[in-house]
Amino acid sequence: MGKYILRRLTIALPSLLGISLILFTLLALAPGDPFGELATNSNIPPEVREAIRVKFGIDDPIFVRYLRWLAAMLQGDWGFSFASRIDVDKLILQRVPTTLFVVGSSQILALAVALPVGVYAAMRPYSIFDQIANTVAFIGFSLPTFFTGLLMILVFSVTLGWLPFVYRTDIAATGWLWYWENVKQAIMPVAVLGLFQAASYTRYVRSAVLDVIRLDYVTTARSKGLNEGKVVVKHVVRNALIPVVTLVALQMPAVFGGAIVTEQIFRIPGIGSLLISAILANDTPVIMAVTFVFACLVVVFNLLADIIYGWLDPRISYR
Amino acid sequence: MAGLTHASPIAEVAVPLGIRRRRGSPGVEAWRKFRRHRMAVASVAILTVLTLAVLLGPLLWSVPINEIDFTARLSTPTWQHPFGTDDLGQDLLARMLYGGRISLAVGFAAMVVAVVVGTLIGAISGISRGSVDAVLMWITDLFLALPQLPLLLLVIYLFRDFLKNLVGPEGGVFILIVLVIGGFRWMPVARLVRAQFLSLREKEFVEAARALGATTPRLVIRHILPNSLGPIIVAGTIDVAAAIIAESTLSFLGLGFPPDIPTWGRLLFDAKDYLDIAPHWALFAGAAIFLTVLAINFIGDGLRDALDPRKVM
Repeated sequence: MGKYILRRLTIALPSLLGISLILFTLLALAPGDPFGELATNSNIPPEVREAIRVKFGIDDPIFVRYLRWLAAMLQGDWGFSFASRIDVDKLILQRVPTTLFVVGSSQILALAVALPVGVYAAMRPYSIFDQIANTVAFIGFSLPTFFTGLLMILVFSVTLGWLPFVYRTDIAATGWLWYWENVKQAIMPVAVLGLFQAASYTRYVRSAVLDVIRLDYVTTARSKGLNEGKVVVKHVVRNALIPVVTLVALQMPAVFGGAIVTEQIFRIPGIGSLLISAILANDTPVIMAVTFVFACLVVVFNLLADIIYGWLDPRISYR
Repeated sequence: MAGLTHASPIAEVAVPLGIRRRRGSPGVEAWRKFRRHRMAVASVAILTVLTLAVLLGPLLWSVPINEIDFTARLSTPTWQHPFGTDDLGQDLLARMLYGGRISLAVGFAAMVVAVVVGTLIGAISGISRGSVDAVLMWITDLFLALPQLPLLLLVIYLFRDFLKNLVGPEGGVFILIVLVIGGFRWMPVARLVRAQFLSLREKEFVEAARALGATTPRLVIRHILPNSLGPIIVAGTIDVAAAIIAESTLSFLGLGFPPDIPTWGRLLFDAKDYLDIAPHWALFAGAAIFLTVLAINFIGDGLRDALDPRKVM
C-alpha cells in the first residue's frame, strides 16, 4: 500500500506542474501588464517603475520567469494582495477551512443520500421507487446550484424565516448556542451543494450496482445462505463502489466550481468568494493564488480517491 | 458473443414468431428507439417551443428590452407585462426572450467547439499509436483535473478587455465565453472518440478498406468516424446543457456578459437582491434555465437509448 501511494504521488506531482504551467502561460499570454496598477501609476517616477520591472524581472525570457515564479510559489511566497494589503498566503489560509468545511459536509451529505437510494433503486430496477428516484435525480442535476440556492433563500429565509441567509463567522453566542447557530447557517449551503451532487452520484451508484448485482459470485453468496443485507453490503456495494470512486473523483472540479457559486450566494467567507471579490477588484496575485489552490485541492482529492480505490480493490495496489 | 446479447430481450420476445420486423435505415431505427423514451419526445417538443419562442418571440412581442418605466417598477405579472417588470420597470418577457437567444446560442456554439476539438484530439490519439497517443491522453487527463470554473473566471478576467477592444463588447464576450467553455469541455468527447477509434480500427471493414488501398485520412473520415458518431452526438447534447449552465453561472457571478445584455443568468444575478419583494423576477429566469437544461438532458438520455449500442439497461 505504501508503495502504491508513493507511485500515485509521483503521478500527481507532474499534473500539478502541468497546471502551474497552464496558469503561468495564461498570465504571460494575457495582453497588457498584469502588474499594470503599479507600473502605470503616474505618481511613480519612470526610474522607480524601471527598477520595479527589473526587480520583478518582467523583461526576462519567459521560462526564466516561469522558474522564478514556480520557486516563489513553492517557498510559500505568493505575493501581496493589492486590495487588502496583506500577504496572499495569509489571506487564503484564513479562508480555506471554511471552504473545506462546506465542501466536505456537502460531499458527506451527497454520499449519504446517493448510496442508499442508488443501491435500493438498482436492487429493484424499473420499480416505482426506481423510476421516481431516476426522475428526481434527473431534475436534481438539471437544476443549477445558483437557482436552487435562490429558491431555498426564498422559501426558508424570506417566506418562512427559519434560516439565516448570510453566513457569519462572528457569531456572538457561546457554548451550545454557538454550535447551533453555525449548524443553522450551514444547512442551506451544504444542502444546495450536496443535493446537486447527490443527484448525479445516485445515477452512478445505480448503474454500478446494476453491473455487479447479476454477476455469478453474488448468486453464489446468496446460495450460500447469506442474508440479503450481508450480500448487498459486503459483496455488492464494495465492488460497485470501485467505479463510483473514479466518477466521484472526476466530479471534483465541478464540486469546487459549485462551491464558488454557493459561497457567493450565501456570502460564505471561503476562497470561492475571495476569488470573485479579487476578480472584481483586479487583484491579480490573489486571483492566481486562489486558482492554484483550487487546482491543488482537486489534485489532493483525486489522490485521496486513488488511495480509497487501492483500499477497495487490493488488486490495483499490488500491480 | 457480443452480437448475441440483445439490447432489450423483452422487446425481442414481444414480436410474435413468423412476423419479421421490418428493419429500416439506421436513422429510422434510431427514431423508433428514441420514440420509446416518452420524456425525451416531450422534451423535444418543449425545446422546440422554447427555441421558436426566443427566435420569433421578439418579432411578436415588440416591447423594447431597455424601455425604462418607473411607474411600473417591480410590478408582478399583469396583462401589460406578462412576466412582470424589474427594478427599472423594464419588461421581463422581452428581456427573457432576448436573453434566451444568447443563452441558447452560447450553448450550441460552445458545444460545437467542444465536439470539434474533442473529435480532433480523440481521432489523432486513437489512430496514432505510441508517444502521440500517450501525450494527448496525458493532456486530456490533465484538463479533466483542472478546476474549470476558477480557470474560466481567470481567463475571462485576463482576456476580457483585450477582446472587447478587438471586436466590441458583445461579440468579444460572446467569442471569449464560447471558446473558453468549449475549451474546457472537450475532454469527455476526446476520450469517447479515442475509445471508439481503438475498437473500430481493428474491425474487418476497416481492414478491408485498408487492403483496398485507402489512405489513413480516408479511413478516418469515410469509415471510422461515421461509425463512431452515436456516442459523439450523445456527448454533444449533454454538452449543450453544460454550456448553458456554465454561461448562466458566469453571468450569475456578474462576470459574464455586460449588464445591458440580459442573459438568463444575468437576470437571476440582478433579481437576487429583490427576492423578498419581487420573487417573480428570479423565478421566471431560473425556471427558463431549468426547463431548457432539463429538456436537453432528457433528449440526451433518449439519444443514448437510440444511438449508443453499448447501452444494455
